[in-house]
Amino acid sequence: MHELPITQGILDTAVAAAQQADARRILAIDLVIGGLSGVVDDSVQFYFDILSQNTLAEGATLRFRRVPASAACLDCGFTFETTPPLSPACPACQSALVRVEGGREFFVESIEIDDDDSS
Amino acid sequence: MTTIAVEQRILNANDQIAAENRAALDAAGTLAINVMASPGAGKTSLILATAARLPADVRPAVIEGDLASRIDADTMTAAGIDVVQINTGGSCHLDAPMVRTALPELLAGRPDLLFIENVGNLICTAEFALGSHLNVVVASSPEGHDKPYKYPGMFAAADAVVLNKADVMAVFDFDVDFFQRGLAMVNAHAPLFVVSCRTGDGLDAWVAWLLAQRAQS
Repeated sequence: MHELPITQGILDTAVAAAQQADARRILAIDLVIGGLSGVVDDSVQFYFDILSQNTLAEGATLRFRRVPASAACLDCGFTFETTPPLSPACPACQSALVRVEGGREFFVESIEIDDDDSS
Repeated sequence: MTTIAVEQRILNANDQIAAENRAALDAAGTLAINVMASPGAGKTSLILATAARLPADVRPAVIEGDLASRIDADTMTAAGIDVVQINTGGSCHLDAPMVRTALPELLAGRPDLLFIENVGNLICTAEFALGSHLNVVVASSPEGHDKPYKYPGMFAAADAVVLNKADVMAVFDFDVDFFQRGLAMVNAHAPLFVVSCRTGDGLDAWVAWLLAQRAQS
């Protein structure tokens, strides 16, 4: 259910940026979403198709770039990418002293616009 | 066709209102605590037990965020605590605009602490900034000791974690060390308070920590 306000946020952010650039249409929106966030891509796309109707972003493609969290073992130094559910132990040495960082990114990276007003 | 860099947080509009909420809280001298948990972990019990242990000169107030109903708000009123109920009407989290509607009434009384009881949900509540000073996650032993591994985003966002229902831990084969290791995996700074709101065990340390945060703010 939280995908609805999140999608509205994506749409508002993209449309504001497009208006600033005098764009006629938004062709694509590039999103960066951390692997620890509970956002379901398909659900966002579903809401987006409805919310974007009659806006500059109608028909735009959503491109999700998922950034996994990175984990580092404090015992053996092994580093690896991880997503929930997190493994309780280092895959290399089985130590439980693992630290996870990142994975909480949540932003609109860029938009692709149609700014050709010659047609 | 042109690509434009945007680099803006998706919930930017919410974040801006959260910043306004924070300014209003600071102007009133109120420390706000966003209390997040699964349904039934003991958010209401923790707020009541905490309020009962506060020094006489520290006055609490509460925002109750629920899908529907006034059950928790009525409990707070019965305990003599100023409360505003927000019904989210199905939304699974509070957001900054909802909290903003409750602030004028509550901040008029200039409470020292404002507990914001967020809708019971371990998935997305941490994504929506409210303007609070502290994020506190309440977990409980019946939920199982794997929660930090399964919901790392929530535990990573916590300034403190309260593990409630310690009195029945043995019944649920709850492994505190496993839980604590999972918490440490995603969050190096949040202290863990193991408490029982039913027996009162462990609550003094939690209240002392909370009062220390207030003194520092």
